[in-house]
Amino acid sequence: MISLRDIHKTYQMGDVLVAALQGVSFSIDKGDFVAIMGPSGSGKSTVMNLIGCLDTPTSGEYVLDGVAVDQLSSNDLALVRGQKLGFIFQQYNLLPRQSALRNVEMPMIYRGVSGAERQRRALAALNLVGMGQRVDHRPNELSGGQQQRVAIARALAGSPSVILADEPTGALDSKTSIEIMELLRRLNREQGITVVLVTHEHDVAAYAARVLTMRDGQLIGDQRN
Amino acid sequence: MTTLDVHAAPEPAPVAADSILFQPITASSSGFGSLWEVVRISFGSLLANKVRSLLTMLGVIIGVASVVSLLALGNGASASITGEIEAIGTNILTISAGSQNRGPGNATAAQNLTMDDAKAIEALQLPVIGVAPQLNSSAQIVAKSADKNAQIIGITPAFQVVNNLTMQQGSFISDEHLQGANTVIVLGATLAKDLFGNGQALGQTVRINNQTLRVVGVLTPQGGSAFGSEDDRAYIPITTAQKRLFNARTPDGNGYRVGSITLSAINASDLDALQSRVSMLLRERHHLKLDGSADDFNVINQAEILGTLNTITSMMTLFLAAVAGISLLVGGIGIMNIMLVSVTERTREIGLRKAVGARSHHILMQFVVEAAVLSMTGGMIGLMLGSIIPIVVTQLGVLDAPIDLQTVGVAIGFSLGVGLFFGIYPAQRAAKLNPIDALRHE
Repeated sequence: MISLRDIHKTYQMGDVLVAALQGVSFSIDKGDFVAIMGPSGSGKSTVMNLIGCLDTPTSGEYVLDGVAVDQLSSNDLALVRGQKLGFIFQQYNLLPRQSALRNVEMPMIYRGVSGAERQRRALAALNLVGMGQRVDHRPNELSGGQQQRVAIARALAGSPSVILADEPTGALDSKTSIEIMELLRRLNREQGITVVLVTHEHDVAAYAARVLTMRDGQLIGDQRN
Repeated sequence: MTTLDVHAAPEPAPVAADSILFQPITASSSGFGSLWEVVRISFGSLLANKVRSLLTMLGVIIGVASVVSLLALGNGASASITGEIEAIGTNILTISAGSQNRGPGNATAAQNLTMDDAKAIEALQLPVIGVAPQLNSSAQIVAKSADKNAQIIGITPAFQVVNNLTMQQGSFISDEHLQGANTVIVLGATLAKDLFGNGQALGQTVRINNQTLRVVGVLTPQGGSAFGSEDDRAYIPITTAQKRLFNARTPDGNGYRVGSITLSAINASDLDALQSRVSMLLRERHHLKLDGSADDFNVINQAEILGTLNTITSMMTLFLAAVAGISLLVGGIGIMNIMLVSVTERTREIGLRKAVGARSHHILMQFVVEAAVLSMTGGMIGLMLGSIIPIVVTQLGVLDAPIDLQTVGVAIGFSLGVGLFFGIYPAQRAAKLNPIDALRHE
């Protein structure tokens, strides 16, 4: 599903070249549940941006679901993101003035999905995350955990190949964090959805089937729980 | 994009209650399937900021309103001036004495248009309704109980035909009056009223330069024109003016001067030909050589005046519209300003939309549509407000200032153009945002 080979990523910061990733290689199989761990500055967010097709590597190969995405233009990357990826952010990133339903429908607008199909898919996704009763609520009428469920529904609705979660529990209390992680695990186990998440919390990483550990731009650990 | 199989067969998914999520998405990934949705997004965000949207539109509203009302009023004024000239007649040629560039050498030649010139022109048998020589002077008219300074115009009977004058009382100057240089006078309506009161003038006498003249007629009111009221004038036989009142004998003593000669052509299209024929005759009679020496007379072609005035009024209209256009420009800059603020404010939203699959043209479209909707709506409101003054003015009968289709087109076209022009830059800024940075934006 995901295959990275010898990925390097170098940023220019002023006059200094910063090597964020120095030859990272790994593969993730379909249906897996992977956590990427590491302290800040370890390069885990850079890996996440690359997997999420928000950025391209300086060198190396990245194949996502059979598509070589490492050298695509930014518009083609956007197309890949829309079709193959679902994103979950730490800050939920819901549109504040739109209902939960409209928020979940939004990514599909850019794929040209008809209004009727968008609504059916969005309702199904909201039901799946347990938000079927609150489809007309706006984000400010929902708790943090509920907002993150809507965000998960948004990621699910377009039938992505992979769901990418960047610190999905970072803004939640521990009880809600557990609920969200249970939900992700249930989606992974029952629906076979591939999940990749980035976290620095061991409690969160413990939900994953496999934990990749990063440090100083290199992969230093690869364990199965 | 050939490497990208966008509709790769979905992996066989576990059958679940929510299985619709695992069916392949039936979507055309073309950029335009989602255009309507993008337009809806734009409307949504404009409605969410009603006050701001309205304030942003204000510049365009004022700009379009002023363009519309100035264009309508300008066109109305232009039509009104043209109408007045046409009422006087576009078929009139006026020859007046004196050269436009009087050198020191021919200053005396200035006053040499004579009664004989007029007779010679008449002798040409040109296709004209009449040839009307006249001699104007301003003098004090003294009646029994009032007196007034007025234009005294010495004319021939042809003057009545050439100028379409009608009588309220009595009759116009006749051929007998002309032959005999009789001391008779015809008064304009206002002048008659000022001197004698309503309906009292006929048969009375007035004194001008110690000559007593009998009032034989009063004209019907002609109304004002751009050149002053005709109703304030008095008409006498030109012979009387030349011989008795104003001593207009030529320096050589053989004839009498005239101030001007008016020709009224049967067909307005003959004016140019008439003008050159008459000029030729007068140059011959005045012994002007064919070496290019200047005419010692002026010919005013009414059609030329009309053309000139039309040019002037349309220039004025364009100038005013251009001034109004500047406020439209300022309105456009206002839109750009607000759009830039809006892009900055919504950086995170843009980042999110791009992260979940919006391509650059989706974002570009969203913001361009916002700008276009703002300016178009402003343009419509401006059009309505700008129509009020011309409509009121027309209703009151001050000026006929219709809002024509062209004005509407200009208003809508310009406001749309302004929106697109000033909306493009902010929209491009939004479309170029990098989703990673945009998502981190606070």
